Order: sequence, then C-alpha cells, then structure tokens
Amino acid sequence: MRWLRKNLIGIVAVLVLVYLFIPIAVIMALSFNNPKGKFNLSWNEFSLDAWTDLCGVPGVCSSFVTSIEIGLVATLGATLLGTMISFALVRYRFRGRSTTNLLIFLPMATPEVVMGASLLALFLNMRLPLGIVTVTVAHVMFIISFVVVTVKARLQGMDPRLEEAARDLYANPRAVFRYVTFPLVLPGILGAALLGFSLSFDDFIISYFNAGTLVTFPIFIWGAAQRGIPVQVNALASLVFLVALAIVLGGQFLGHRRRKALENPKPILVDTLSRS
Amino acid sequence: MSDETRQVDDLRMTSLTKKFGDHAAVDDLTLTIPAGSFFALLGASGCGKTTTLRMVAGLEDPTSGSIFIGERDITHLRAFERPVNTVFQSYALFPHLDIFENVAFGLRRRGVKDVKATVESMLELVELSPMARRKPTQLSGGQQQRVAVARALINRPDVLLLDEPLGALDLKLRRQMQIELKRIQVEVGTTFVHVTHDQEEAMTMADTVAVMNSGRIEQMGHPADIYELPRTVFVANFLGQANLIVGTRAGNAGADVVVSSFGQSFAVPSERVFAAGSDLIVGVRPEKITILDLVDAGRVPEHHNRITGRVTDVSYTGVSTQYLVKAPWEQELIVFEQNVVVGDRSEVGDEVVLHWSPKHTFGLDGSSGTTVGVDPEVLELEAVNQSLVADDAEA
Repeated sequence: MRWLRKNLIGIVAVLVLVYLFIPIAVIMALSFNNPKGKFNLSWNEFSLDAWTDLCGVPGVCSSFVTSIEIGLVATLGATLLGTMISFALVRYRFRGRSTTNLLIFLPMATPEVVMGASLLALFLNMRLPLGIVTVTVAHVMFIISFVVVTVKARLQGMDPRLEEAARDLYANPRAVFRYVTFPLVLPGILGAALLGFSLSFDDFIISYFNAGTLVTFPIFIWGAAQRGIPVQVNALASLVFLVALAIVLGGQFLGHRRRKALENPKPILVDTLSRS
Repeated sequence: MSDETRQVDDLRMTSLTKKFGDHAAVDDLTLTIPAGSFFALLGASGCGKTTTLRMVAGLEDPTSGSIFIGERDITHLRAFERPVNTVFQSYALFPHLDIFENVAFGLRRRGVKDVKATVESMLELVELSPMARRKPTQLSGGQQQRVAVARALINRPDVLLLDEPLGALDLKLRRQMQIELKRIQVEVGTTFVHVTHDQEEAMTMADTVAVMNSGRIEQMGHPADIYELPRTVFVANFLGQANLIVGTRAGNAGADVVVSSFGQSFAVPSERVFAAGSDLIVGVRPEKITILDLVDAGRVPEHHNRITGRVTDVSYTGVSTQYLVKAPWEQELIVFEQNVVVGDRSEVGDEVVLHWSPKHTFGLDGSSGTTVGVDPEVLELEAVNQSLVADDAEA
C-alpha cells in the first residue's frame, strides 16, 4: 500500500504514455507484417517487403511526394506572411489593428468542413481549376493563424531594451533587425514552420474538398482504406514519424547545447502522426 | 586604454524638456557635466532622471531644448550616430551571442575589422577573460553587469550612461561593484553619468551629485557639500536623514539669524540660510547632535543650540547608537551617537539635553512643510506608529 502511494504518479504517467504511444507502435509493428489477404489488420508473419519496396503500390509514393511538396510550399508562404503579420501587429499601432488581431484567429475557430466547403464554392466561382494550386492556397490560409499565434508570442516576450541596446551600440535599423531582432525571433519562426508543415501534411478535410483529381497522402489513405490499406502506408508513416522524432531530438540536443530550447514542437508532431 | 590622449568634451543640456502629454517628465533642464567626471543624477522614481538619460542616449526625443557634446549639437542625431553608450538597468545583454560577441557588437557595427585584441583587453579590464565564450545566462549578476560595462566602454564613447546599473545586485555585490566601477572610470577617464535612486551609492561614487525632483534639479554639487548644507527640504530629507524644526525668523544676532520655534530660539549662520521669507525651518543632521544627561547640562558650550527632551527609543547598531528624543513640543528628534565609550548610553525615559553647533545648522524655506522628499512608506509607518501610541494613551 505504501509502495503504491509512493509510486502512483509514476504508474499513472507510464499508463498515459502507453495510451499515447500504442497507436504509433501498432502502425510501426504492422509495417513489418505480411498480411493474409487485403486487410493489414492482424499479424501474419514478419516481412521487410514494404520497407524494401516503399513505392510498390501504385499511387502511394506520388501522393506522398505531392503532400510533401504542398507542405513545403504552403509552410514557406504561410510562415513568411504570418511572420510579417506578427511584426505588424506587435510593432505598429494602426487603424483596425485590434480587429485584425481578432480576425486572424477566425480560421482556427472555423470547423474545417465549413471552411473546406466554402473555399470550394469560392474557387468554383473564380473558375479556378481545382488541383495543387487550390490546395496550397487553402493550406496557406489556415496555417497563417497558427504562425501568427506562435511568432507573436515570441515577439511580445522579447525585451524591448535589447533592440535599444543594439541601437545604442551603433546598429542602424537594418542591422538591429539582422543581428538582434531576427535571431531572437527565429526559434519562434522555426517552431511555427514545423507546426505549419505538420498541419498541412496531415490535412484531409480541406484538401479533399479542393483537390479535384489531385491525390495527397491523406486522401490516398482514405481511398485505400475502402479496399485495404497497403503495408507501404504503414512503412511511410513510420518513416515520417522517425524523421520527425529525429528533428525533435536534434532540436532538443541543439537547444540543450545552446541552453535555449525551440518552441517545443514535440507534442504537436506526435499528435499529428498518430492520426495520419 | 588610457595610454592614448584624446580630446574629451563636456556634455551640455540647455533648456531640455520632455513632456508626456501634459506631464513634464523633464522640465527646462540646463546642466553642464564636465568632461571626465563621475556624475550622478539622484532622485526618486519618476523624477525624470531616466528620461534625461534616455534623451542623451537618443532613445527618447526631447520636446524642446538641446544637447551638446563640446560644441557639437547631438539633439537630433539618432541613437546609433551618437558618441554615447549606455549600461542598461537590466544589462540588456544579447542572449543569443556569447560574451565576446556581446562586447564586440559595437565595434563590428562600425565596421572595425580586427576586433580580437581590443575585445580581449576590454575583457581583461573587467576581469572576465575566461568567460569569453560563455552565454550571458551562464554568468552571475555581477559578471553580467561587468559585461554590460565592457560592451559599452569598448566603443570609447565621449559619455557613458549608466541607468541604475547596480539595482539588480544584492547589497554586498553592490558595494563591490561601486568600487569596481569607480576604478574603471578612473582608469579610462571617460565621463560617466550615473542615474540612481540610491543616495548612498550616488555619494560614494560620484564627484558631483545632482538631486532631481519632478523634472528639475534641486541641488547640485560635491556629495559632502550637498549633505552638509542642503538648500531645500527635499534635499535634506532625500539625502540621508535630517531633523527639521519649523519656526519663524526672529531677527539677527551678529552673523547669525535667530529663529524662534516653540518658545525656543536657534542660531543659524546667515550664509547657511536659504530662505527669504519669515517662515524658516531649522535643520540639523542626526550625527551632529551631542546627547547629554540633563544633570550634565552645564557642559553644553555657550553658543550651541540646545533642546531638552525625553529618550523614547534606543537602538544599538554596532557602529553607533540611534536615539529618538521627544522634544517638549512632541516632535521626535533623531540622534546618532558613535559608540566610543562603552556602557555610557542613555536609556528610554532618561531626561536629556541635546546640543549642536550653529555651524552645523541650516535654515530652509518653511513654506512647503518638513516632509517633502521623505520616503512615503516611512511617512505611512510613522503615522501608524503615532496612532498606536495614541491608542495606548487612551487605554
């Protein structure tokens, strides 16, 4: 009884972690399966087929690459725009500033189904052909809010005296930005970019509405789920998880060395992957 | 750094004013700070001392007035164009750069190619050479403070501004850094303008102290001169402690002005009186007063000012003993006595006579009351104490 009381917190923590990581463990384990029949749901025998032939199923790799491409472009666009918006909102007083502050968060609060459907209506009315462009535009739109939240927090938390000190030490406005402001906000921007990429890569609903005939990775999986998900999907998902884990660990390691952690993107990435 | 002779110029401010809305933070300030001096701007928070400093640094635009270094008008130069550097209140070290790069920052921005030797000799001056590759957060408060000084001084500014540079340090470290800063100033010979609310710090470090109050300078001079002869009630209270007794001008006796208060008369040398009207305040510093048992009243020198009273509190502080003595008109006077003789202290309830030389007396303008410049918290405490005493008396 005393032993239990002493170790209760540890036991609960382990249980919660198990709860969080079981789905990922299952996905990884089944990537080494050689399923009997179409559905990769129960363990049959160990096999490296999916790992040695990642693109062995038609469409799986092209959809994966498409998602990476969209993710990169959308992240770049949204991070750039979002960072500039954050600077404008924090550094300048202008008419409509508080309204902008409020409106920028609206996409986060809007149900994705609604946003996807109304974007589709918009693109159709503009006679824009559905495809990689419309999906990317849609992604940039909903990622911006997240970038603004992250970068704004970083910018607001910065001691204004640091920039004054730079001015005092012969830095002209451009040098102040280059040598002080930007390096100090950079961890926030990087965190925002990581978050943005994982949101884009993970998105199904908005993409599905606006993709036309384009197939992203989540759309491929959804389609495949009807007929039985190929083992390659598990392998690719595991790969993404491992890459993300490497990024996080690398970031933590660097951050530890620099005594300054990144904006801790770990939980976000894990969460995203467990769903994809 | 001092081996090179260089022209250093005075820092001058003429009619410098800064208004925030209707409130004048700095009000028509005209001031010359001689080249190479250690100058302290002393005042309570909100007196305009930091605003003055920020205007000199170029971080705040004056509403009107001008700032000169020598004959050069720097009023409208931007911060990065001024030959002035600042040590900020919380140091404002760049957290993403190591100590070496923090110190090298100013040189690099001015396009100096080879900074290594200069930075290293600067780090030596502040005794931080082994820390060159550490990050600011890995340093103690005192070390960070020295980095901030090095980072500013390496640019050889005409004027170094220090904004409450020791405020974040504990008492012992503060004492150490006071001596350290003074040593550096003597070594480099740069004009230091030091803003502080700590009167002891200002007096220990500066050659010249200017006491500021609501955007104006109340009094300026050598610390000892200001302390011994304050010209306003504010200065008397803000710089150290003072016994201030209200009275009226009763006439002259020789070179002295005679002030009568509560039926007694005090002599103040006329050159130590700074009031034109008939309302006068007689002031004397607590350590200038000698305390005697009433039976020894005969030993009081003839020309001394004197008050008889009853001891209400004795506190022994090691170096000295502090007495509170209640005068016949209920005012409590404070007296410091050096602990030279052991076991010869007055006790609570003793009838005593206080006396001091007219030479140590000063006369101030009595129209503004005796409490200007006293820490508001102290006043509050006194009020509480008095009401407690009154309650006791009723009970």
